[in-house]
Amino acid sequence: MTISSLIDTPSELTDAASSKTAIVLMTRVRLARNLTGNSFPGWAKPAQREEVLAICREAVAASAPMKRSLSINIDELTDLEKQILVERHLISRELSGAKSGAGVVISRDQAFSVMINEEDHLRIQVLRSGFQLKKTWTAINELDSALEDRLDYAFSPTLGYLTACPTNLGTGMRASAMMHLPALVIASQMEKVVRAVNQLGMVVRGLFGEGSDASGSIFQISNQTTLGESEEGIIKRLGSVLNSIIEHELNARQKLLEADANKIFDKIGRAFGILQNGHVLSSSEAMNLLSLIRLGVDLGVFPDANRCVIDRLLIEAQPGHLQHAQRGEFEPGQRDLLRAMRLRGEFANFTKPNFTLSSDGPN
Amino acid sequence: MANPLKCDLCTKPATVHLTQIVNNKVHKVDLCEECAQAKGVTDPSGFSLADLLLKASLNPEPAAAGVRCEQCGFTQTDFKKQGRFGCPACYDTFSAIIEPMLDTMHKGTAHTGKVPQKALARKSLYDRLTKLETDLTEAIKSERYEDAARTRDEINQVKHTFGQKPPR
Repeated sequence: MTISSLIDTPSELTDAASSKTAIVLMTRVRLARNLTGNSFPGWAKPAQREEVLAICREAVAASAPMKRSLSINIDELTDLEKQILVERHLISRELSGAKSGAGVVISRDQAFSVMINEEDHLRIQVLRSGFQLKKTWTAINELDSALEDRLDYAFSPTLGYLTACPTNLGTGMRASAMMHLPALVIASQMEKVVRAVNQLGMVVRGLFGEGSDASGSIFQISNQTTLGESEEGIIKRLGSVLNSIIEHELNARQKLLEADANKIFDKIGRAFGILQNGHVLSSSEAMNLLSLIRLGVDLGVFPDANRCVIDRLLIEAQPGHLQHAQRGEFEPGQRDLLRAMRLRGEFANFTKPNFTLSSDGPN
Repeated sequence: MANPLKCDLCTKPATVHLTQIVNNKVHKVDLCEECAQAKGVTDPSGFSLADLLLKASLNPEPAAAGVRCEQCGFTQTDFKKQGRFGCPACYDTFSAIIEPMLDTMHKGTAHTGKVPQKALARKSLYDRLTKLETDLTEAIKSERYEDAARTRDEINQVKHTFGQKPPR
């Protein structure tokens, strides 16, 4: 598979739109693995990095889930291609900044990706749309076991999988869910949620991980610790934390509607108006407007079937995707015009909001 | 206060005192205003105390400062600078530094998760092969030909177990 055919294929994230994905947009599990006897990527000499890259690329591409995958070195990708992969969560920002001796293998359906020579020799990742922690873990566990046939992992019976950073030691696993939490944000309850989640040993981050902002009211919730607990234990605990966040979000929505439904409908209606008629939209404004439309879908203002349109636009309104669709290079200012034009087109034929139905009760 | 608290990351006086409870364990850090800002302590969504504690506990102690990893040449000063290790063997080299940190950083200090059975089985076979080959050389050198023959048979057996997958 080539990078251009991969980019032109819709990703796992935009494909499903069942009501199960209402609050949890995406589930992701990643495993950090290293090869015994080799320096970690950050300390390895260029020749060692190249050697590890070659060994890993070959082993990963030969595994069953990676049949006919895209296998490529980072320095073979253009800046735009890298940015698109970051926006699809298929590579990290750190990897996209790597100069040489780094690579990635991505499955045809874009559900599996293995980064090579990021912080660790291997960062194995599986993405699934919606709330599917157990399925995602099963899938990544199988891929990991298949790779173990060909690669000698650095492992200690007491410390588990050995990773470049001690915060990933043990299982090397980070399981996370991308959650859409507009009502908790509107009700200013996110800070409280973040604190409570931290106390349970989980971390809340923005859409693109560490240090990124939470535009569009989209957050990533993941486990903080990796040692002293089994993978299944972590998955189970994270699952129950996610369920309780879902419950809080649903309660917050109910309360917002009971307190002043007009206020929330006004926000949704205005967002719809701007998306239909706006002429200058920054990436973060577009995210926030789309987030409100998505809330509208959940509340029954728009048909359920429109949720997948929003989820697709949440990705396509990102700078890299926008630039790719328009086939050219643009200044950020021009991008904002193009983004607004694109969204006007999408929303010209969008179902009109229906605010009467929804007062019977949101989902 | 005669001895004001110093920042855990630099040496300036600490003005930000943070307590976080994770998994019923209390973690405390003292920071100066600049470090607190730089580490995003004021932004609860992007802040992980574990990462911070990691760096804070890296002030080198004179006794261990000269230790160097035999495998990759990494030193404790490098660890302090990068917050990451040089190679898997560093965990043995610097076990005295890392072990006390694990308790505050993680839920437990011992791995209870997945074990790479196949990779470990391969490694133990490989270790056995290496030992047998040394034995064989020695047996031949000291003219113990019966031992040598037996060791050679064992080597063949181990090689047979490897089958199609010899270790790298």
